[in-house]
Amino acid sequence: MTTTAPAETAVDHNPSGAAHPGPRRRPGRIRRIGLPYLLLLPALLLELLVHLVPMVIGIVMSFKELTQFYIRDWGTAPWSGLDNYRVSVDFDAPVGEALLHSFLVTVAFTLLSVGLCWLVGTAAAVFLQDTFRGRGLLRALFLVPYALPVYAAVITWVFMFQHDNGLVNHVLHDQLHLTDKPSFWLIGDNSFWALLTVSVWKGWPFAFLIVMAGLQNIPGELYEAAALDGAGMWQQLRRITLPSLRSVNQVLLLVLFLWTFNDFNTPFVLFGKSAPEAADLISVHIYQASFVTWNFGTGSAMSVLLLLFLLVVTGVYLLLTSRGRKPADV
Amino acid sequence: MRRTRAAAAGAVAVSLMTLVTACGGGSSTSGGSNDSPKTLTYWASNQGAGVEVDKKVLQPELDKFEKQTGIKVKVEVVPWSDLLNRILTATTSGQGPDVLNIGNTWSASLQATGALLPWNAKNFAAIGGKDRFVDSALGSTGAQGQDPAAVPLYSMSYALYYNKQIFADAGITKPPATWDELIADGKKIQAKGKSALGAEGANLSENIHHVFVFAQQHGGDFFTPDGKPDFTDDNVVAAVKQYVDLMAKDKVIPTGDAEYAQNQSVSDFAKGKQAMLLWQSASSNLKSQGMSEDKYGIAPVPVQSGTPGPGSQVNSAVMGINLAVFKNTDNIDGAKKFVKFMTGDAEQKILNTAYSSIPPVKSVQAESVFSSGTNEVLKDTLATSAAALPQVADESQFETAVGTAVKDLFADAAAGRPVTTDSVKAALEKAQQQMPAK
Repeated sequence: MTTTAPAETAVDHNPSGAAHPGPRRRPGRIRRIGLPYLLLLPALLLELLVHLVPMVIGIVMSFKELTQFYIRDWGTAPWSGLDNYRVSVDFDAPVGEALLHSFLVTVAFTLLSVGLCWLVGTAAAVFLQDTFRGRGLLRALFLVPYALPVYAAVITWVFMFQHDNGLVNHVLHDQLHLTDKPSFWLIGDNSFWALLTVSVWKGWPFAFLIVMAGLQNIPGELYEAAALDGAGMWQQLRRITLPSLRSVNQVLLLVLFLWTFNDFNTPFVLFGKSAPEAADLISVHIYQASFVTWNFGTGSAMSVLLLLFLLVVTGVYLLLTSRGRKPADV
Repeated sequence: MRRTRAAAAGAVAVSLMTLVTACGGGSSTSGGSNDSPKTLTYWASNQGAGVEVDKKVLQPELDKFEKQTGIKVKVEVVPWSDLLNRILTATTSGQGPDVLNIGNTWSASLQATGALLPWNAKNFAAIGGKDRFVDSALGSTGAQGQDPAAVPLYSMSYALYYNKQIFADAGITKPPATWDELIADGKKIQAKGKSALGAEGANLSENIHHVFVFAQQHGGDFFTPDGKPDFTDDNVVAAVKQYVDLMAKDKVIPTGDAEYAQNQSVSDFAKGKQAMLLWQSASSNLKSQGMSEDKYGIAPVPVQSGTPGPGSQVNSAVMGINLAVFKNTDNIDGAKKFVKFMTGDAEQKILNTAYSSIPPVKSVQAESVFSSGTNEVLKDTLATSAAALPQVADESQFETAVGTAVKDLFADAAAGRPVTTDSVKAALEKAQQQMPAK
């Protein structure tokens, strides 16, 4: 079957209709099937180099006792079996306990941040759905946090959160008198809220952008018909806007979740290499285990555990959200 | 068309192969070689007020070296916050500089990686001999019983910087010699509406340097003689508590300093907002912030009682910068020549003057310029009452674990939560458990 078909195809595609002399040329179908893969090859190879190879190296490292004694030639580090994993998940011992704490902080932070980003972004997009004077300007302004370089934006927040001279305390304490005394935002328990504020400030414009794009695809007739039927703004939002945005939101929430859960830049610029306990996100925690305390084996094991967790969450999420969805018509 | 496609695919494949080869790391010859005798790459730590200042200081000297030897030195000034990670990356990849600066407290940790050239008798002979360097500086060049992993370049020690005008306004005639005197003076200064003492509560390294000195003054050590962490030793706990109590109980350090980590306390001092500062070689930093030398005095860091000296009267860690050579350098002879040049009498005088540090070379240290004014206190401290931080392979981890514990205790003090012997002990216990198991 496989040997005759290409030959036939080759003949079929011969415009002259004459048989080729000598050995038959194969091309035709194989070429047609092979070409896309050939074109994909560079991307696949790069993916292999940039993602898969480091990932495999990371997994190998997680089974080794890799400290500064072996970092120069990490291949010679002794195998430690599952020790790094055992240490990481032993929640009664300090390393595991700290990892669990960091994990829980990250989960709480991610849920709050993603929820707020989505809420603010959606509200802003719906608000800007109607045309009015100055809409273009507002859209551009809303995207400013998304367009700013992370480091510059977060370091500005560091200045604003400072205890003595920061704008936040100046407004909350000096002007609005909402607090008894100036609060600490970069150390202690409040650091969680400082981190959340920066994360939402930085993240909601992306939600806004995506939801706004999704809104463009909802036909205006639906709203006109609903209005004729007497549906108010709230009902239009519940019955038309949100259901129409379902698939957009599914992707948006997944992307926001993954980005926020893994966010390293925001906490690192805000707090440095040693974050306060209340804001000890897992990305910085793993960085600290690997590059500050030079326990690269344990750090790798923690990374693998994090990867597994995110894979499971993503898998379950995709399973749940794809349930009942029909394949797209081609 | 087909030919074009094939050519493109070939080009991609070749580029990828190049990439793979490039990622494979460089040569890892263990003793270095002389394959590139005409060039050297040098990573200098950021010593001055900024990277540009360092380049201005170093470049004329490097040009001088090129003129003498024909070896061109490409310098990169690396900020402190990046330096350790850059060294680790270079260690892992084998693609690092030939010569580099390291913080002297990292010596034993970096020595353990095996990436640095050991300074055995032969190598020391190539730069004029080990005897040229003062003992206290040599004490921070690697683990005891092993050949040093680096050579001392700039030495520093902590001192008490005080604002003469604020002291005069508060009726204080001489700087405090003991902690009790410092607290009493602090109250007088605060009564005049000024802040008494600055600290960098969220800066892990600063925390470590101070609690180490307090521990020495209490007769405690963070490590047992065989190198095991002993953070919960009663004397160590008392030492850490005494330091944090300067904010929590004695209230001479303002609570706002608990979140300082970017030298804000130096700025507070330079601006005249604060009367005292415990800092190492601050002169050039203060000058760059507009504070002239006549505005402040410099005194030894206080002790528990009496005057600074050896044993429990230690009042500073031996601070400083060392010069190391990567083992796999392609210009081993040139690297040694460069170390000899940088630690030579002429360069030592020029560089240590520029950075307001003390030369670790005996003959240069004896020069009058380093025995006058602010330098006198720093030099005397190094000579008589400074001790090297623990020279153990886990020193970097110790800085992070204990430095973070102190940072958290400062956060408690700032928030008004009690700092007790038990809470200090618990924080140190946690820090100890985070140290790598042996």
